Amino acid sequence: MKRIYLDHAATTPVDPRVKEVMLPFLECVFGNPSALYRDGRVVKEAVKSARESIAKILHCTSEEIIFTGSGTESDALAMLGVMKKNQIRKKDGSLKKGHLVTTTFEHHAVLYNAERLEKEGYEVTYVRVNKEGLANPKDVRDAIRPDTVLVSVMYANNEIGTIQPIHEIGQIIKDIRKKRRESGDPNPIWFHTDACQASAYLNLDVQKLGVDLMTINGSKIYGPKGIGLLFVRRGVKLEALYEGGGQENKLRSGTEHIAGIVGLGEALKLVQEHKEQENRRLTELRDYFIKGLFERVPKIVLNGHPVKRLPNNVNISILDIEGEAMLLYLDKYGIEASTGSACDSATLDPSHVILALGKPYEFAHASMRFTMGHSTTREDLDIALKTLPGIVEILRKISPVHLDLDATQMSTAAAFAGEGFPHWEAKRGSKLKLRSKQ
Amino acid sequence: MAEPTKKLEKKPIPKGIYEVVNEYTGEGWVYSDIVKEHFFHPRNLLLEEPKDGDFDAVGEVGSPACGDTMRMWAKVNQDEDRIQELKWKTFGCGSAIASTSMFSVMLTENGGMKVDDALKIKPQHVMDRLSGLPNRKIHCSVLADKAFRKTMNNYFHASGQHDRVIVENSRVIDPKLNITDKDIEEAVLEGAQTLEEVQKKLKVAVGSPEIVTEVDQLIRFYKEKYYG
Ligand code: FES
Repeated sequence: MKRIYLDHAATTPVDPRVKEVMLPFLECVFGNPSALYRDGRVVKEAVKSARESIAKILHCTSEEIIFTGSGTESDALAMLGVMKKNQIRKKDGSLKKGHLVTTTFEHHAVLYNAERLEKEGYEVTYVRVNKEGLANPKDVRDAIRPDTVLVSVMYANNEIGTIQPIHEIGQIIKDIRKKRRESGDPNPIWFHTDACQASAYLNLDVQKLGVDLMTINGSKIYGPKGIGLLFVRRGVKLEALYEGGGQENKLRSGTEHIAGIVGLGEALKLVQEHKEQENRRLTELRDYFIKGLFERVPKIVLNGHPVKRLPNNVNISILDIEGEAMLLYLDKYGIEASTGSACDSATLDPSHVILALGKPYEFAHASMRFTMGHSTTREDLDIALKTLPGIVEILRKISPVHLDLDATQMSTAAAFAGEGFPHWEAKRGSKLKLRSKQ
Repeated sequence: MAEPTKKLEKKPIPKGIYEVVNEYTGEGWVYSDIVKEHFFHPRNLLLEEPKDGDFDAVGEVGSPACGDTMRMWAKVNQDEDRIQELKWKTFGCGSAIASTSMFSVMLTENGGMKVDDALKIKPQHVMDRLSGLPNRKIHCSVLADKAFRKTMNNYFHASGQHDRVIVENSRVIDPKLNITDKDIEEAVLEGAQTLEEVQKKLKVAVGSPEIVTEVDQLIRFYKEKYYG
């Protein structure tokens, strides 16, 4: 049976051309780039050229690129690093902890670090997104306070693929910075974006985007896992997460992951070089798949804006079914996808992204993400389109739940009498509305 | 077709690779063949909407851990006090489907269990027959057990065997009928807003006027809690 991989947003396979350039650094070239002898120099050169190639794509200088171990690490370095290093100076000269602005539907790498900062006494404002999964730049502006030090908004969402107005937000932050300077306010404000999902598809020019920090990793762009980078604009002050030999501008100590760095450089170059052509192909496939789903499966909703989304992302809620069961059935037929259902997560939390769209949790349990990539063909999608309706039919027969497409509250509240609603419902704090009397 | 990379050759997954891996703890798991069999071919599913009189009772519960729900229907052989039929539906994961399927088989095989014995079946017994479940999936097998107790309580109420009602984690409000605060909460969550509406569902306090005030207070409390 042919396996059909539709989970490229989770991770991508390594491009053979990337593997090719990495191999020498795993096999025979093993010097430490800090060493002065020849082997050290060869390796140093390789790191340098990867850094330069990346800098060209990001439209920045090589010194502004910090290699890390993952996208998660880059996010943590950006957030914890900026917030800890940049205390707010009050008028009387005393220092206090700054304020952070982010959104409700960031990746956990950003959200959980924001929560950690809150525990450490920093204040955080979470900007809500609209029901199509887009943050409004005006809302971001309204959330910014005189003591705001960092704004972090993802470039494209990892679950629903919606592309955020980074350029507009960047502009707002530039204006605020200018005003602060003009009024003699010494406190900085920086803009970070997590671009892990976007980096294979969108423009990464940090000048155009107006970002001061940007996260990218290898595992979403046909590069190796275990490598990431953080763009840090000159002038942005960061505190390292830990101390050591002082590599990467003293921001990320530890002997460099040479093969990873070389692989990341090559991978980024390849995806960016081919992105126009590949985006066109993927957009066509994406829209073909969405259309096919809507034709074949009743009672589904597309999560996220229909076109302001990554060219490879399809995320739908198939009402009344539970996603983990769906995954297991799809897997039986060779189709690999993912779900926002609580049942499929280690923490048993339903997707915070789908909840952030204002939907009842059953929409999250019912959400399925299909993300396409280099290997995806129209034939693959045809197989998926043929397989899916049958599975949906079975699982709907199994299900006691009957949701309306425009439902705004959980459907089976009475089932939870005596034990309380699931914890995320309590957290949302919303009250039930009485349904019309039967 | 524009295809920047060469097609990747997919190699078969080597034996012993886990089917489920907890992304945080790295705990790996392969579902047993029995689990898979019951998942892909669940027994005793209720496929058609039941007609009046097909079953003696129905009950629905949810899992506060994950939000999944389970509904169960039972037919009881009243002369022998045995489970004659046990059907179910779930909005739940693969493990919930497999374990409820197995639960329903255990209660109805060999002519059906005595009601009292059936109420003694614990999730652990189901797990044993399934050859286990991953750790974080154990709460799923509890759903069947909970749904069954609920269904049986409803059966006891419906058949006038109020003394057989099993009261768990709740407080008895109407001692004659063994009706608890949980029952009243459920009626309110189902949409009942007044004493009359609750009594239509529960008959609570019908023969015991002395508890009317308490019931009324509870209704008001739950209304405020859930509808604000
Ligand atoms: S029943 Fe919800 S995770 Fe299994």
